[in-house]
Amino acid sequence: MDRLAAVRREGLRADLPDFRPGDTIKVMVRVREADKERLQAFEGVCIGRRGAGVSETFMVRKVSAGVGVERIFPVNSPAVASVEIVRQGKVRRAKLYYLRRLRGKASRIREAQEG
Amino acid sequence: MDAIIGRKLGMTQLFGEDGTLTPVTVIEAGPCPVVAVRESGGRPRVQLGFGEQKAKRAARAELGHAAKAGLAAAPRVLREFAAAGEAPVPGAVVTVTAFAAGERVKVTGTSKGRGFQGVVHRHGFSGGPASHGSTRYRKPGSVGPGTDPSRVIKGKRMPGHMGARRRTQIGLVVAKVDAERNLLFVRGAVPGPMRGIVTVRKEGA
Repeated sequence: MDRLAAVRREGLRADLPDFRPGDTIKVMVRVREADKERLQAFEGVCIGRRGAGVSETFMVRKVSAGVGVERIFPVNSPAVASVEIVRQGKVRRAKLYYLRRLRGKASRIREAQEG
Repeated sequence: MDAIIGRKLGMTQLFGEDGTLTPVTVIEAGPCPVVAVRESGGRPRVQLGFGEQKAKRAARAELGHAAKAGLAAAPRVLREFAAAGEAPVPGAVVTVTAFAAGERVKVTGTSKGRGFQGVVHRHGFSGGPASHGSTRYRKPGSVGPGTDPSRVIKGKRMPGHMGARRRTQIGLVVAKVDAERNLLFVRGAVPGPMRGIVTVRKEGA
């Protein structure tokens, strides 16, 4: 059993910051075009994390040109080059699905107090 | 050798460099000593062993059989396979290095037991309506015609024991081989529970 746990641990990464639902984050995504690799930023609100261990994922929502866009990233995927916390938000639930029906001012999130 | 005996450890996932995700089953396979080489119908067959039994627990016959192959302890599991290529000699050892990433394999194991199951779970019948006065929720319905033939046709799918049968999953691909820890990573699911004994054979063997 612990042998499987050891294998699973190998897939984990420790370089990502500890971000939570409600935080505004900037995800740098490795994109492959033809044979060139470049980084693409995806900045938005983290509206949830699910799963545990190697299979953990997080969901990021942003409103782009008036259209809501959500992307789900595996935490341990090498396609996620880095994650930067832009702003820490204070929210009262783990999944912020309610943001989907809110627009503009109503979809603001209170900033978390330091400490 | 084109076959090996192992223990299913469970599933996890692997990432490719470009972020592609592969679901894999981790199998702890080998090292499998060749316990006997025999012949069946003119074709050579090889008996492999896996694991170790305490001398106190093993039967005398098992101990003698193992000693003949020059093994210190009696293997916990013995399985026989068709020999591929040059016939191995007793005392040789088959390890995961017999396999390489990208190879197609088939994995045989005993599927998880489900106990006595009805026709909906066991055979995928659709059952009856759930409402509008229906009481035929999960019943099989008619099992055949009446007076003629006055019997139920053999092979009629009915409720009964499900699972715990020998099953072979074909067309699986080896995703990774870890020779250091004797691990085989096979893409996809494999029959049986965690810690279940499975045999891995190359496709076409």
